[in-house]
Amino acid sequence: MKIGLLHSLIRKDEKLIIEAINARPNLELTMIDDRKLTFQLGKDSFNFDVVLERSINHSRALHALKLFESAGIRCFNSSQIALVCGDKLLTSDALSRHGVPQPEVKIAFTETSALEAIEEMGYPVVLKPAVGSWGRLLSKVNDRDAAESILEHKTVLGTYHHSIFYIQKYIQKQSRDIRTFVVGDECIAAIYRTSEHWITNTARGGVATKCEITDEIRKISLKAAKAVGGGIVALDLFETDDGYLVNEVNYTMEFKNSIETTGVNIPVRIIDYVVDSTKGLA
Amino acid sequence: MSNKKSECPICDAELILADDTLQSELVECSDCGTELEVVSTSPVELQEAPQTEEDWGE
Repeated sequence: MKIGLLHSLIRKDEKLIIEAINARPNLELTMIDDRKLTFQLGKDSFNFDVVLERSINHSRALHALKLFESAGIRCFNSSQIALVCGDKLLTSDALSRHGVPQPEVKIAFTETSALEAIEEMGYPVVLKPAVGSWGRLLSKVNDRDAAESILEHKTVLGTYHHSIFYIQKYIQKQSRDIRTFVVGDECIAAIYRTSEHWITNTARGGVATKCEITDEIRKISLKAAKAVGGGIVALDLFETDDGYLVNEVNYTMEFKNSIETTGVNIPVRIIDYVVDSTKGLA
Repeated sequence: MSNKKSECPICDAELILADDTLQSELVECSDCGTELEVVSTSPVELQEAPQTEEDWGE
């Protein structure tokens, strides 16, 4: 089978995936740099059977996946999963429709309505851009003065999508959250991400340690993964006295810090899943 | 030792890349710490890696 790897920069995560593909003699790898990629709608023909998306840009990944699918190529993840997971509003909507516990979320489209929504929710809240990652541009809003200031800055300085106000109730964490990795129908690994800062992303200095996958963690992870369309996803969970809450779902999971920590060869499990899901193709 | 040698385009330090270095791979200059992208592996050509964009991430 021929696998096209959609990429831009090759990080350690992509290199480990490439190694996992090259270790299998029955797989043939084609590198697809999204910076050099062009499509000719209705006339595209490609020399690979499936696409594995590892692009660092959400917008390029989403649109390229859609066009590959239109050309008849099976993609991992699908463009639908990328669409939902790449937008926190759509993710929260999917989680809500499927009854997956998550922090309280309000959406507003103007400064005035956003401020009203924040005041109704009660401080502190977290303002997040609907599209974005690695904990960038998150704002913990502790009082009305901060809310007014941040909303004005987002409206004046941001592009239009910064005025789609995603307001999440702040959850007091015990200096950590949980990252789980779901591949298909299986929760294959989990880590704690510990930080003194309220943002615990490992990209922001959070330290990874192994987390045992309890039945409860497995159950909520699989339910959330199913809600966004399944596939290969990484979820962020908050621990609360009332159980786990799903904070975010990521569709181009980063795992380089989690292989040794968990003892699970995540890139190999990803390739296993792609191969198993496409049996019968070429 | 690897034959893949080049110079950091920022600080001119000599860089020796691993034999399995790939085109488009991110590497870091051991002297100045700049993140570099391997534009070509034969011959080795490096450029400063693109800056983080708004939609980058997982």
